[in-house]
This record gives sequence, C-alpha cells and structure tokens, in this order.
Amino acid sequence: MGKQSTKSVKDLLFGDLWEYAPAPQGTDFVELDERYGHYIGGEFVGLDSEETFDTINPATEEKLATISVADEATVDRAVKAARKAYDNHWSKISGAERAKYLYRIARMIQEKARNLAVVETMDGGKPIKESRDVDIPLAAAHFFYYAGWADKLDYAFPGATIKPLGVAGQVIPWNFPLLMAAWKIAPALAAGNTVVIKPAETTPLTAMLLAQIIDEAGLPPGVVNIVNGAGATGAAIVNHDDIDKVAFTGSTQVGKIIQRAVAGTGKKLTLELGGKGANIVFDDAPIDQAVEGIINGIFFNQGHVCCAGSRLLVQENIADEVIAKLKQRMSTLIVGDPLDKNTDVGAINSREQLDRITELVGSGVDEGAQKFQPKCALPDTGYFFAPTIFTDVTPSHRIAQEEIFGPVLSVLTFRTPDEAVKKANNTPYGLACGIWSDKGSKLFRVAGALKAGVIWGNTYNKFDPTSPFGGYKESGFGREGGVQGLLAYLEVR
Amino acid sequence: MAKKAKRERLDIYKTFKLYIGGRFPRTESGRYLTETTHKGAFVANICRASRKDFRDAVVAARKAQSGWAGRTPFNRSQIFYRMGEMLESRRDGFERALQERAGYSEKKAVAEVDAAIDRLVWYGGWADKFIQVFGNTNPVASPHFNFTMPEPTGVVASLAPRSAPLLGLVTSMAPLIVSGNAVVCFVDHDHRSIAIDFAEVLHCSDLPGGVVNILTGHRDEVLGHVSGHRDVDGIAVFDAEGDERRSIGLEAADTVKRVHFYDTPDKADWSDSAAQSPYWILPFVEFKTAWHPM
Repeated sequence: MGKQSTKSVKDLLFGDLWEYAPAPQGTDFVELDERYGHYIGGEFVGLDSEETFDTINPATEEKLATISVADEATVDRAVKAARKAYDNHWSKISGAERAKYLYRIARMIQEKARNLAVVETMDGGKPIKESRDVDIPLAAAHFFYYAGWADKLDYAFPGATIKPLGVAGQVIPWNFPLLMAAWKIAPALAAGNTVVIKPAETTPLTAMLLAQIIDEAGLPPGVVNIVNGAGATGAAIVNHDDIDKVAFTGSTQVGKIIQRAVAGTGKKLTLELGGKGANIVFDDAPIDQAVEGIINGIFFNQGHVCCAGSRLLVQENIADEVIAKLKQRMSTLIVGDPLDKNTDVGAINSREQLDRITELVGSGVDEGAQKFQPKCALPDTGYFFAPTIFTDVTPSHRIAQEEIFGPVLSVLTFRTPDEAVKKANNTPYGLACGIWSDKGSKLFRVAGALKAGVIWGNTYNKFDPTSPFGGYKESGFGREGGVQGLLAYLEVR
Repeated sequence: MAKKAKRERLDIYKTFKLYIGGRFPRTESGRYLTETTHKGAFVANICRASRKDFRDAVVAARKAQSGWAGRTPFNRSQIFYRMGEMLESRRDGFERALQERAGYSEKKAVAEVDAAIDRLVWYGGWADKFIQVFGNTNPVASPHFNFTMPEPTGVVASLAPRSAPLLGLVTSMAPLIVSGNAVVCFVDHDHRSIAIDFAEVLHCSDLPGGVVNILTGHRDEVLGHVSGHRDVDGIAVFDAEGDERRSIGLEAADTVKRVHFYDTPDKADWSDSAAQSPYWILPFVEFKTAWHPM
C-alpha cells in the first residue's frame, strides 16, 4: 500500500538538502546536587541511605545524580508526616489559605520554568521545545487552576456534602515527570488532603526541584512528601495501612496489581493507565492538517504518551495519499539531541524502554507488517529510535493491540464509519481517540460511539487543567483535570 | 401462596422464574430454593440461579445496553415514569406480599411501596438532568471548544441489598440504569420472590428486555464468577463486608472493573431521602471529554 503513490507528492526533503544549525539550549545555569534523598516532613532527608540508584541523561547515558531508595521504614515516616500534617494543620486551615499556598507553588514554577524545563529534558530525554512549551507551563497552570478550587469546593458538587479523604499515596510515571506530579499534587491539596508521592525512578530530578519550590513556598511540613525509589517503594506506599487514597498513573499491568493490592482495604483508588489510541481519518478530512495531527499524535514526546494516537485508522480510498504524505512528513522530523531547540523527537527514556520498543517493532516485522523509517542519522550515544510506521497491519497484530509507548505508528484502514468505530473500540484500552473529518454530524456521531475518555476532533494531544483526562475500560478510572478531577480526592455524598 | 381462611376455591401458586433478556426462563441448572413466609408457610420453589444463568444474563445485558444508552434521556425518563405507573397500579399486590411474605406491618408495607414508586419517578427525572449537572464545558486556554459529559459505563452487575425486598431493589437498580447502563441484579435474601414480582412491573413498562435482568439465588456461589466475568464493566455492591469486598476487588482487577460499595441505609432509612442521590449515579458513568478547534 502506498508504495508507488509517493510520485503524486512533491518531495521536499529538508533532511537531505539542508542542515539545521545547532540551536542548543544552554545548561550552564543548571545546578544539580550529586545526591538526592527524599523530602519528608519539610526536610530533605535520606542522603545517607545505602541503597541508591543513578539517574542518567538518556541522550548521553551520562550520570546526572545518585538517588536514595526509600524503604518501607522511610515510606512509613513519610506517611506519618503526611498524617500529622493532615490532622494538625492542613485539614484545619481555611480553603482560602490552602489556595494561597498552591498559587505560590504555581508562581514559583513559572519563575523557575526554564530551569525546570532543562532538567526535565536532561533527565527524561524529551525535546526541550516540549518541556519548555508544554510540560512546565501546564504544570504551573495546573497548580494555578486547582488553587482556585480550594476555597470553592462547596460550589463544585451541588447538593452534596464533601470532605477530604486524608492522606493520598501517589505513584507517577516518567513520561511527563513534573506535569504528572502537578496533576497529582494540585487537586489533592486543593481538596484538603496531604500527599506522599513517588516519582518514577528514571526521572526523579524535577520532583526534587519541586520539593525545593514547595519548601520555599513555606508549605507546612508534611503536607507534601516526596520519596524516591522503584516498584518496591511504590508498593510500600500503596500497601501502607494509613493511606486513604491511592492514585496511580502508569501501565495497565501495574494498575491491575495496585487494584488487587487495595481490594477490600477501603482505600479510594484512581488509575490512569495505558492506551492504544485510534486516530481516525475520514476521506473528507483536511488531509494536510490530519497528517500534522497524526505526526503530533504519535511522535510527540517520542510516543511516550499514554493517549498517543498509536493506531492510524485511515479511510481506504485516501490511504495511499495519506500514507505518502505521512512518510514525507516523517522524513522532515529532526531526531536527536533533546536539548537542541529544533529537535522534534528526542531520546527514548531508558534502555529498558528502548528494548521494549525494539522488541515490539521486531514482532511487527515478524508478523508480516510493512515497516517504514525515514532516513535519519541517530546519535551515536544515548537511546534513540527512528520514527516508524507500519502498514499492512491487521487488528490481531501485536503492534495493533499492545501499547508500544514509543514512536511507532500502526496503520489500519476502514471503509465505513461503523467499521472505523468497531476497529477503534477493538482493544481493552479506552483512553483517547482522534477523529479527522470536515463533516460535523459525522464527527459528533463517531465521537459518541467511541469508548474513550478523551476525543480530539480535528486536533490531537491537547491538554489543559480545566479539561478532565482519563480512561474507559482498562485505561483506568477517575479523571484528572477539571471539576471532575476533584472527585478523586473528595468523599462526596 | 399464603392462604386466606375459608376460601372455597383452591388458589393457584405462582411459578417464580428468573428475568433475563425480557423473558422469564427457569434456571438452566434446574435447581430451586424453597421460599417461605416469615412464619414458615410455603411461598414458592423459586429459581436458584447458576453461574451459567449469570453468563446468559450478561449476554442479554450487553445486547441491550447500547440501544438503551442510545435512547434519548427524555425517553428513558418516561420509561422510569411508566415503571412508577405500573407499580402504582399493582401496589396492592406488593403491599400484600410485603406483609404476608416478609412480615411487614400494613403501615410499613404501604410506606415501602410509596417510597419505591416515588423513587422511580425521582430518578426518572434525573435521566435528562444529571448530564447537565455533572457535565460541563471547559474553558481551556487555547482556541478549542471543549466539553465533558457523563456516559454509562456499560454492563453492571448489581449485588442487590439484602433488606427492603422492593425498595432496596429499586434503590440499587435505578441509579444504574438511568444513565444508560444495563444491569444484572443478583438478589439474595429471604423474600426473593418479591424481586421477581417486580420484574413483571419492569416487563410491562416499555423497558427494553435485557436492560434489567434479575437473578435469584445464593450470592456466595456466584460471587467469584460475577466479579471475574470479563464482559462485566462494573460491580455495584450492597451489603458486603471485609472478606467479600476483598474477593470482589481482587477478581474485578483483572479487567479494571469499576467497583463501588454502596452504604446500606438502616432498614428504617431506606425511604429516607439520603438513600437517593444523583451522586449514586456517578460510580457507574465515564466522563468523556471532547475537543474541537474553533
């Protein structure tokens, strides 16, 4: 499919003709400690722990810092600090006071925005233009938005009696480290809870910078506690008896483990899990805009996005044209140094993730799908993966079913809107979908039939603090963002 | 059924069957439970539903769900009202059943039927309003129109309350189906026959077959199967304690089911307004958010 049709599209291959001059983001103003521990009860602790791990820059494989691992005793200390802060302080002050603390945090994130963006990119591998223009501004906006709710909760749920839950235990992923911390902490605090949060082990640094901000903002000790570590630390939080609520963002596999772990405990649970989003392109869509949307849908943040549009469903009669344009557009993507301001696709977050992407792409080839990667020189060091699309994909292929969480797009075709809906819904996931069509009635009808928590019509990968985000089916339950995001942190009767 | 004194005519007993997909089949298992009145007199040999019956009911619910969700909220609202009408016109039978079988006083029986009818009407009114109350537009900081609205979760298994044979069932079922879910209600208490009487109300209320399915039996013997069924999207639970909650939660995690444990009001409080709330609808809706450039 699409093999000979490239002829109808004019080639304009920047990568071959021109070189972009390097536009590196400076890092000289970034000051990182060699060692980070935890932030518990308003103190930076745990610098002496024996168990540690290194966090590295995935683009260079250079070590950035050594991080302490929080064991059960450390987590217990954090939970106790959170409980004490909840009982003695946070649950007693007025919503207006809570709001002002959150506003302070939002402002300080804005003040330190460039620093945070650079560290986010160094630690996680995402292009600086994304951390600078998306992650950090949205994190600040999230705190700002929920700050305003803290003293207006009585207006959020008409007729209901509400109260905070207590201590929230939160575990977040590595794909949007600071933004996910904001998504978790801001609504929890606004609703009157205190938190113990664990950043992902490959991206702990911006969380530790956030701890400094929280400290400078003068938040009462123990309202926010940040502990570092991997799965065992997360499990210690989830299983702690004195946690009232668990919020997790990550894989569906781990989400199920957590759902089992809290079964029968009475802990309130929200899960934001994996996805296999369908990006549906109808033949009446504005094709060039759709191609941009497809590119953004799958290559944004190297495809490390739970709501990525990782399955392209394109109407059969325009498939050749769309695929040809897509391939051409892919060849203009700049893959490489995440700190370069021109970079479109940065580094894969970790060796482990690179191996997983490589394995799944291998399965796509083995199962008979056609792989395409544009010519692009990948850096010699670091973890990189070329933007990839697969055509001739059938719904049963692993690359059509499993979440790859990388820059890999599977292309399927359909003939009728009903078939598109059926194929889009044919997955255990239900997080996000895109629809491209110029026909409003068709777009609305398909949007209604899709089983997904977020529907992007003629756009993709848009986020906003006021806009609830979360999944149907095995993509989890609960929402983050918007007034609905408060439900995760309140008892509502 | 309970005999009236000095009747010349021999009355006929009613066969209580299950309610699945808008039909009244016997349990495929052929098993029965003997139900007696609170005084021990024979009421009926009612169906002891099996795991297979549950699976059949889930198939029926799945088949009915999208059509039910696709009805206009106005239409769902009217069907709820119709249920109220049907119950009102059969209220004598229910009052008698509550007294004769469950040992209610006349006053209490009348109160339970009153409350059940009123509750149906009350929830019916929410069908085209909860979306307005719980949905909204979102003022995003970009040139997009953005809105959020609740949609039904899908097929919900309901472990119905063990008390208030009529009102408990109505209270547990109404907030699930008003949003467009289809349910399989599993009824396990001493007066299960009243649930099947109520199925007859549903059956003549223009409610599409399969939207509500009612099974009678022992909760314990189907529990693992209910919580682990892969085509069930949610489990709404009344009257479960520690171990039972844990076992439901463990099985439910395999497919990330939504599980909600409702608080059982004290017996006297079933008719209280605290036992009806639009917030009882929320555990089994999914919020869908849509974006479009403008």
